[in-house]
Amino acid sequence: MTTAIAIGMDGLIYASWLFLVAAGLTVIYGVMRILNMAHGSFYAIGASAGAALVTWYFANVDGNAYWSFLLLPAAAVVAGVILGLAVEQGLLRFLYRQNEILMVIVTYALLLILEDLTKLVFGVDPYFAYQPYGLLGRCEIAGLIFSNYDLMLVAVSATIASGAWFILNRTVTGKLLRAVVHDREIAMAMGVNVSAMFAATFVVGATLGALAGALTAPAISVSPGIGVEVIILAFAVVVVGGLGSIEGAIVGSLMVGLSRAAAVHLAPEIELFVIYGVMALVLAVRPQGLFGRAAARKI
Amino acid sequence: MSAKTTIDKTQVALLIATAAFAAAGVIAPYWLCFLTMLALAKALVVQGVVIQMRLGLVSFGQGLFFGIGGYAVGIASNFWGISDAFVLLALALAAAVAVAAVLGLLMARYRDIFFAMLSLALSMILFGVLVKSQGLGSTDGFNVPAQSYLGWVPAPGQQKLVAYVLTIAVVGTVALLLCRYLGSGAGQIAEAVRENEIRVEYLGLSPRWLIYASYVMAAGVAALGGALTAFATGHVDPEMAYWATSGEFVFIALLGGTAHVAAPFLASILFSVVRTYAFEYTPHTWQLILGLVLLAIIVFLPKGLWSLVQREGKVRA
Repeated sequence: MTTAIAIGMDGLIYASWLFLVAAGLTVIYGVMRILNMAHGSFYAIGASAGAALVTWYFANVDGNAYWSFLLLPAAAVVAGVILGLAVEQGLLRFLYRQNEILMVIVTYALLLILEDLTKLVFGVDPYFAYQPYGLLGRCEIAGLIFSNYDLMLVAVSATIASGAWFILNRTVTGKLLRAVVHDREIAMAMGVNVSAMFAATFVVGATLGALAGALTAPAISVSPGIGVEVIILAFAVVVVGGLGSIEGAIVGSLMVGLSRAAAVHLAPEIELFVIYGVMALVLAVRPQGLFGRAAARKI
Repeated sequence: MSAKTTIDKTQVALLIATAAFAAAGVIAPYWLCFLTMLALAKALVVQGVVIQMRLGLVSFGQGLFFGIGGYAVGIASNFWGISDAFVLLALALAAAVAVAAVLGLLMARYRDIFFAMLSLALSMILFGVLVKSQGLGSTDGFNVPAQSYLGWVPAPGQQKLVAYVLTIAVVGTVALLLCRYLGSGAGQIAEAVRENEIRVEYLGLSPRWLIYASYVMAAGVAALGGALTAFATGHVDPEMAYWATSGEFVFIALLGGTAHVAAPFLASILFSVVRTYAFEYTPHTWQLILGLVLLAIIVFLPKGLWSLVQREGKVRA
């Protein structure tokens, strides 16, 4: 019974982290049909910015330690908006006519560029911004100890998920966005400002990536190279649920998160494979993902 | 008829180039031979990427088979005591082909970004396994002892030269075979599959089979490249299966273009020259340079450097 609770809780915590990471990727793909390899860099830059700011705050400012909880998302939003705007306006908007696979290569080039820029700006030494993590303490659930920070991440993740769902399904902006997703050209013909939509989507997606990084920063040591593992994980999650679907990302992260937690507790040696195992299984049965629409083959 | 003569010319040129490279090994300083060996071994992997690129598929995980080739050599020579270079090459090839024959069944179902990301994920699984295997030296990898050749063990001074000649011979042979393949029916259909898969199906051909065969073929040449790299450096490590390594292969493939069998070789040699100098002068901005050059190629030279060589309207070889 304890193991079951442990698997459930660990799985939930891991799933919420996965969702945070995958949300930006799926939003950008859903609207723009760009699989953004540089998403991992946004994550890494958000993490570095957040960690650097928090480290600086605790070293130089003798203020209330709880302010660091505002500093983390603030750093992420600033980094995400600047980066997102720069990348979208400076590069991607000139390439929207290209096919999907070429855009993967373009964003791969971006990933390479941003990896080195991150090192140039933040240095190669790891940051340890552990203070916010320790600040919230721990709690006991059914005899098991959990970090409150991790539980807070679950809440944040749930908020973002429901926020995204609400915006997409219950607001005018969301309706316009879904129109663009459904048919870019018809939406344009109907007077939807698609280029503004794209710019906004990319900025939101980039900010979500940076936010995921900044919120994870206190729990890890932030060093160069953390971004790439993230893009593969995020892709696995998004593919399970169906590329471009928020509901899919929620279900995908829960499936992957719970299976990984189960593997960690029951059969640690297969932990590495379980994520890809889930992905391969889903793809073998439903190649378009659980919530994806099957594309018709066009002649 | 004219296409046929062009092919023959290319094959003759390849033979001459192979002989010239082998002869150059005697007079050139060793460091140059060493760099050439690495560049050509890498180019073999790139050939695999190019084979798939002609079908419209971009593999971001060719490091998987590059690593399998390298580790097949490492494991066989360290744990099984096999030192014959030809047996080791055959083992590397067999291991990669066996793995690809199974994975290909899955991969041949996917296109575009799915193919790219799944291949990336598969290579990262191998990377993860290698890093976690203490018996295989974890992140450090392990050393590969010197090879023998059909029972002949070269004197220590000759060892390097013999390895160089072997590399040139293998690369030359593969290049010739690939040249013949690209000129064959299956090789020509590849571009039709990239343009419109369903129409190729209507013509009574099976694109999925072609994609499967190309995947296995690409795995084979990548493993040969990995084995030759292991011979050259005397060392294998998990880095061979890392995403950045696979990314380099894609980069070189785009740099050269898919139009000609020689393009990956030229691109790979150019790449190592630039890399050698870039590492010396600006070691921390290498990826930055790579990324910027990649964007420049995509925007200004979408068919790669070979399009500068190729004359307008000439039949492709």
